[in-house]
Amino acid sequence: MSMLTLVARLARRDLRHRRAEAFLLLIAIAATTTTLTLGLAVRGVADRPWDRTRAATAGPDAVATGDRAASLTPLAHAPGVTASAGPYPALSAALGVRGIRVDASVQGRDTAPGAVDRPEVTAGSWARRGGAVIERAFAGALRVRPGEKITISGHRFRVAGIAVSAGRVPYPSSTPGLIWVTRADLRRIGAPTSQVMPLRLADPAAAPAFAAAHRGVRSWQDMGAYATAELHLVDSALLTGTWALALLGVACVAVLVGGRLADQTRRVGLLKAVGASPRFVAVVLLAEHVLLALAATAVGLLAGRAAAPLLVRPSSGLLPAGSPHLTVASALVVALVAVAVAGAATVYPAIRGARTSTVRALSGPTRAPRRSPWLIALSARLPVPFLLGVRVAARRPRRVILATASLALTVAMVVAAIALHGDIARKDARLAGPGFVPGADNPVTEQVSQVVLALTVALLALAAVNAVLIAWATSLDTQRFTSLARALGATPRQVTAGLSAAQLLPALGASLLGVPLGLAVYYAARTAGGAAGSILIPYARLPLVVPGTLLVVAALTALPIRVVCRRPVARVLAAD
Amino acid sequence: MTVLRAVRLRKEYGRDAGLVRAVDEVDLEVRPGETVAVVGPSGCGKSTLLHLLGGLERPTGGEVHLDGRRLDRMSETQLSGVRRKSLGFVFQAFHLVDELTARENVELPALLAGVPSRTARRRASALLERVGLADRAGHLPAALSGGQRQRVAVARALIGRPLVVLADEPTGNLDSAATAAVLRLFGSLRAEGQTLVIVTHDSRIAATADRVITMRDGALAGETRLNGGGGGLGALAGLESS
Ligand SMILES: Nc1ncnc2c1ncn2[C@@H]1O[C@H](COP(=O)(O)OP(=O)(O)O)[C@@H](O)[C@H]1O
Ligand SMILES: [Mg+2]
Repeated sequence: MSMLTLVARLARRDLRHRRAEAFLLLIAIAATTTTLTLGLAVRGVADRPWDRTRAATAGPDAVATGDRAASLTPLAHAPGVTASAGPYPALSAALGVRGIRVDASVQGRDTAPGAVDRPEVTAGSWARRGGAVIERAFAGALRVRPGEKITISGHRFRVAGIAVSAGRVPYPSSTPGLIWVTRADLRRIGAPTSQVMPLRLADPAAAPAFAAAHRGVRSWQDMGAYATAELHLVDSALLTGTWALALLGVACVAVLVGGRLADQTRRVGLLKAVGASPRFVAVVLLAEHVLLALAATAVGLLAGRAAAPLLVRPSSGLLPAGSPHLTVASALVVALVAVAVAGAATVYPAIRGARTSTVRALSGPTRAPRRSPWLIALSARLPVPFLLGVRVAARRPRRVILATASLALTVAMVVAAIALHGDIARKDARLAGPGFVPGADNPVTEQVSQVVLALTVALLALAAVNAVLIAWATSLDTQRFTSLARALGATPRQVTAGLSAAQLLPALGASLLGVPLGLAVYYAARTAGGAAGSILIPYARLPLVVPGTLLVVAALTALPIRVVCRRPVARVLAAD
Repeated sequence: MTVLRAVRLRKEYGRDAGLVRAVDEVDLEVRPGETVAVVGPSGCGKSTLLHLLGGLERPTGGEVHLDGRRLDRMSETQLSGVRRKSLGFVFQAFHLVDELTARENVELPALLAGVPSRTARRRASALLERVGLADRAGHLPAALSGGQRQRVAVARALIGRPLVVLADEPTGNLDSAATAAVLRLFGSLRAEGQTLVIVTHDSRIAATADRVITMRDGALAGETRLNGGGGGLGALAGLESS
């Protein structure tokens, strides 16, 4: 018991002693746990609203569309069909409301619901004489409420109600938007141009085969894919983003641990010198990091839970299927990952400290810098800032690889986000037409953009922390070298430029690598998400990512470099 | 005629009760070709004085003139230029770059001064030959003895053909055999007319100088003029036999 108290006390004191480091570690792990929570909460949620809407509205397994009712009716008796409704007459008309004009698809319905496809009225009441019912997502874009006056092809109506249906993909995933009126009212508007017949099948799973076998028939699975396209996109964006964030989080931890390795090893040596066993030392170190990991888990679970419903909103044309929720198992997974990441931060220094002799650990063996003869020879021919930069970078190749990898990952994600954004924007622009409500946002693309924006912001924040950490560790680590260079006549500007170059050279490589990687990620995610249609990527904008990355890295790393460079040369060199 | 001159030079650290006068109103003149030794007990301000003379630290008050130019009024960038062109430093801890070979260490200041790499390399090789380490040019510092390392550091200090070489306890980390070798090197530099300021707390080493300045509590406490090179060599011989 007293042992436990001792461990807790030592761990707490050490954490307090290096507060900034503990805080950064917390941020790094928390960013990972947050997205992991989001990813777990959202997994499998995508299909639920469509399923729920189908169940609540007696949604058809297949929908047949044809020119004349007579050509559809035989389908009601086709093998595999167990029930049908309609056929309902339909026509295309101009909807007018508050000066807005937009195309609409108008269906004539009976006042009593049919056997299949019974739209659920969520506001007002069902279609009656002079009263039209508007599909909910369409109504949302038009901002109409029950009781409002509208015109359909010049005929006056009132909005009787607003309803949700699984008989047609909600606006704007399919256009024009849907309006239901009575059969009598439809005749008043004009002659029907098509007929729609919802069908129930004996085997709903076989609907795609049925649809393939009959002309003008669409399966519920096909409609569902379009109705929930945004959720599937959000799903794959979250999956990709979670991976990227987890990798960056691990990179941050690696930099922190690497930067403090000598320090930690010395601490281990100190504890050993006062009689602690290596195992005890490792336990103290582990306790510290587990404490941090648990705090990060709590932050991640809370933030992820709070953010999930904001990020994952099904089309308003579907019924909500309950907000995404977290199971105990998912919470455990998040905690496990956090502890694993933090544990990785412990294992290396613990083993090193336990292995090295107490005396050597105490004398604080700084890791010997790496020698790269060809880089040293090459840099001798470069201008002074690059000479310094290349040599500083070459001293720690593993850190350079880590910096390059993290940055390439970040650039790739930003490129993927830009690609997605451009793809969506250009498609939106192309799809603008008489079927879309003028001035209304596209809820589908808007939601995807928001999720991608949130992920990108989290990623950039973590990447910024990572870049600052790497610059800080590098500057601190090369302090003696740069101070010596100053004593030997390098100007302050050459030294700061050299340290910047040490950050910017990997950044250049990373951004050049990141662009194709990002495009590959986008293609892969898009394919995995099952998005249809051709890809429209703003290629012209992508080269800007390279100077942009360099600028951001230069700005981010300037501060730690400056702080370290401001230390007086004489004092650094005298500190032996 | 002086090459290096300090006037009422002062350096204070801390303030109020914690105030330390590391260098206290020091006047000093170093003539071209002269070897000046600064001696005194640990903590008396020798290193601080040397740092002030080399523009590595800024004085609280007073003046430093090098070759007729005021160092204490220069910007950091100007000071860098002075260090590059006119000064050479030798440190107690050698301060060689671990991942660079002896030759690469020696040529580093020349590269920083913008000398073409091939010229820098040639000069470095010549200097290593000069300090008797031509056969160690490709060795890393870890593979050299303490005395060899310090000789590499001296070669590095010389590559810019400095007006003055400032050495802070150059033998402080060395055993007596290595000390003798380094001192022999300084002796030959002196014979060639190189101006040297050597800080040491070892009076036997100081005996090799033209002039010995004693410091106490930051201030100059005495000055002894030795009689030319003969005394130096005599002291060296005494050291070697001890
Ligand atoms: N950066 C510093 N901050 C505070 N005091 C210092 C600093 N550098 C040196 N001192 C103090 O100045 C005095 C002279 O130090 P130093 O020049 O290193 O002496 P020496 O080289 O003769 O041993 C000492 O008392 C030392 O503690
Ligand atoms: Mg000293």
